[in-house]
Amino acid sequence: MKHFLRPLLAATVSLAALSAQAAPEDGGTLIVGSTQVPRHFNGAIQSGTATAMASTQIFASPLRYDAEWNPQPYLAESWEVAEDGLSVTLHLTPGATFHDGEPITSADVAFSIQTIKENHPFQTMLAPVESVDTPDELTAVINLAQPHPALLLAMSPALMPIIPEHVYGEGDIQANPANLEPVGSGPFVFEEYRQGEFYRLSKNENFFIEGRPYMDEVIVQIIGDPANLVLSTERGDIDYYPFAGSPRDIERLQGVDGLIVTDEGNDGFGALNWLAFNTAKAPFDDARVRQAIGFAIDKSFINDRLMAGLVSDSTGPIVNSSPLATDEVETYAVDLDRANALLDEAGQMPDGDGIRFTMTVDYLPGSVEMGRNLAEYLRSQLRQIGIEVEVRASPDFPTWAQRISSYDFDVTTDSVYNWGDPVIGVNRTYLTSNIREGVIWSNTQQYSNPRVDELLEQAAMENDPAARAELYKEFQQIVVEDAPILYLNVAPFFSIYKEGLADMPLSIWGAASPWDEIYWE
Amino acid sequence: MSRYLPALSRLAQALGLLLAVIVLNFLLIQLAPGDPVDVIVGEMGGASEEVIALMRADYGLDKPVLTQLAIYVGKVATGDFGYSYYFNQPVLTLILQRLPATILLVLSALSIAVLAGTLLGIFSARRPKGLLSHAVTIFSLAGYSAPVFWTGLMLLILFANVWPIFPVSGMTNIRGSGGPVGAVLDVAHHLVLPAVTLATIYIASYSRLARASMLEVLGADYIRTARAKGLSERRVVYGHALRNALIPVVTMVGLQFGQLFAGAVLVETVFNWPGLGRLAYESILRRDYPTLLAILFFSAVLVMVANELTDLAYRKIDPRIGGASRRRRRAKPQPKGASA
Repeated sequence: MKHFLRPLLAATVSLAALSAQAAPEDGGTLIVGSTQVPRHFNGAIQSGTATAMASTQIFASPLRYDAEWNPQPYLAESWEVAEDGLSVTLHLTPGATFHDGEPITSADVAFSIQTIKENHPFQTMLAPVESVDTPDELTAVINLAQPHPALLLAMSPALMPIIPEHVYGEGDIQANPANLEPVGSGPFVFEEYRQGEFYRLSKNENFFIEGRPYMDEVIVQIIGDPANLVLSTERGDIDYYPFAGSPRDIERLQGVDGLIVTDEGNDGFGALNWLAFNTAKAPFDDARVRQAIGFAIDKSFINDRLMAGLVSDSTGPIVNSSPLATDEVETYAVDLDRANALLDEAGQMPDGDGIRFTMTVDYLPGSVEMGRNLAEYLRSQLRQIGIEVEVRASPDFPTWAQRISSYDFDVTTDSVYNWGDPVIGVNRTYLTSNIREGVIWSNTQQYSNPRVDELLEQAAMENDPAARAELYKEFQQIVVEDAPILYLNVAPFFSIYKEGLADMPLSIWGAASPWDEIYWE
Repeated sequence: MSRYLPALSRLAQALGLLLAVIVLNFLLIQLAPGDPVDVIVGEMGGASEEVIALMRADYGLDKPVLTQLAIYVGKVATGDFGYSYYFNQPVLTLILQRLPATILLVLSALSIAVLAGTLLGIFSARRPKGLLSHAVTIFSLAGYSAPVFWTGLMLLILFANVWPIFPVSGMTNIRGSGGPVGAVLDVAHHLVLPAVTLATIYIASYSRLARASMLEVLGADYIRTARAKGLSERRVVYGHALRNALIPVVTMVGLQFGQLFAGAVLVETVFNWPGLGRLAYESILRRDYPTLLAILFFSAVLVMVANELTDLAYRKIDPRIGGASRRRRRAKPQPKGASA
């Protein structure tokens, strides 16, 4: 009797589901491919996409974001910023529990914020946070020393995982074994990690969002060799390949039936490819020399030919899709006459062979197109304005980082992330106070402009979005004019996945946001 | 007492060699620019000066190099290989996790290379001017000359893409393989391409060696005697000649063990094989000193063990060897030892 009833029941249920406008179906496994090996899974003390992608599945955060930079309720069902901007109140979703069954309380939120403030590499993110009050179990009040609009983006899944105090509270958090066997609060529960091979997550049956996640199981397979990852995706061994960045790989996969290849989302990272000058070294200490090189470079050749037209243009320090970006800046359209005139003006006259000076171009190892190919392009292109380029290769990242951070360079290619709010990822490149020898991705250009310092300081504290954008507009105009950096493009961050997968995470944080909405059609 | 002297002196030699391996590798790694903290900070997308200083102090990287070396040697002497900076795990755990995959790969490749190489060598020795012999020469030299990662990529494209009969990546099917028998078959299926790739370079060495050695042996007096006795050609070749022709091949196995490990680094990277080689590659890029040093240490130990086993194998094959150690040494080229 029972056996007889079950199919009937199932049919009725699925009919009901159909009439409710094809509700997402439960079940299935999602295999994700990545070249990156996470050091561990605790995003509270480790940044970078490798950890963030895992951490955002395992841990929930106060807020999440859509594709248009709008905050959405997540672990906080609502929040208010105080009138004076000196506190932010979070109201937590009732009934939310950690994977071990313990309730998620405001004390855990306070503990997480404190831990991130003390341990996370992005120290500017929570620097103004003075304390977190916990008037009741479900209310957390973040007290600030000054208004801190960046806090809203800092509460993103990738940057503020809520970790259980009863698991991570004891001893040195860096050495906590739960970093590798996390107990989380997010849509998926950690199952196992085979170091360097894969990690496996399973559905959190008690997730605080009713009915989600849909996937039974998620496996992230680590394939260190990009060529192998592309082949695996092409064959269908991999269902979802987030953060694809090589134009050749993307082009290849665009031609494969049954795969969807899109550049939607991922704006939050704002990975800008640029050329950075050592502005403390002659002749690059002269803005006219830097501008001249800007006018000599044909960005459309770089973006359309070298990068196969798969990148979007970048014209300033803030990623163009950000609500804080402006397009009222010098765009450095190619103009060789102007470049020559600027160099003449700067006193860099050509010698008998037509050579003005020789410069070394370093490049960030990793990307062929934006590395060696770009450097070689500069060699032929800049010869036209009398600059002789010597290309210097670095065998690996530490070699390059050492050269740049010890100021042993003229010009280098680089790829630097915005990480959402300018306070988190932009300021570091331009602040005089952040000229720190030996620290990569600090102000290694040694650029210093008091007005820029002032503007960045004011904008960091300006709670009114329009007024804030106005301050950043002036900052962007000055920096583009001074040209310590020449902006080339926004690095491609493509998502590639199989047809049949729906509601992929294409928000500003892409795959570094919860995968609770993904389902197989 | 004096009976044990040779064994003891060999042991002392081995320990001295291991110490040299540790010290040399430690100093060599220091020569590479940058340290693990640079890498960790790089992958985190930057960090403040304080965080960086804290990490350096945590890892003991703020101490002078020689102090670091002394601390390291002291720890290794007690069996403590330290904690991986990058991978956040005890190095020994990491290595023990990866070792089986590499041993499986290297031994499979070695077996393929020795079997295929020797057989090809013998076939071509029987008709040294024949078509087959030339074909073997060309095939094995091509395999020998091609860079191993290129061979790997070509095999990948051919057998995993154009004609997809083998998996491209890893050691097991991540979607599951069903039962213990299925699991073994699954691993074997994944093993084919990497093992063949790694073997191609060495097939040439063995086939050339077996061919030359076979030609030499076939010209020896006792073979003429065997033929004069009226033995079948088959018995002459496989019963009498082969055993003697094999001695140089065995030497080669011992010698090449270290090189196989080096080749495994590339093959494992191309095929995403979860072994020590890939771990070594990842550790070099990340300046993960403890992991890399321990891998080199274990490789050295494995090569030394392989050399000892080679010595034992000699005695089995050739009863003339096995007396005084001086005579044994003259009978074979000295293994190069730990040059993994």
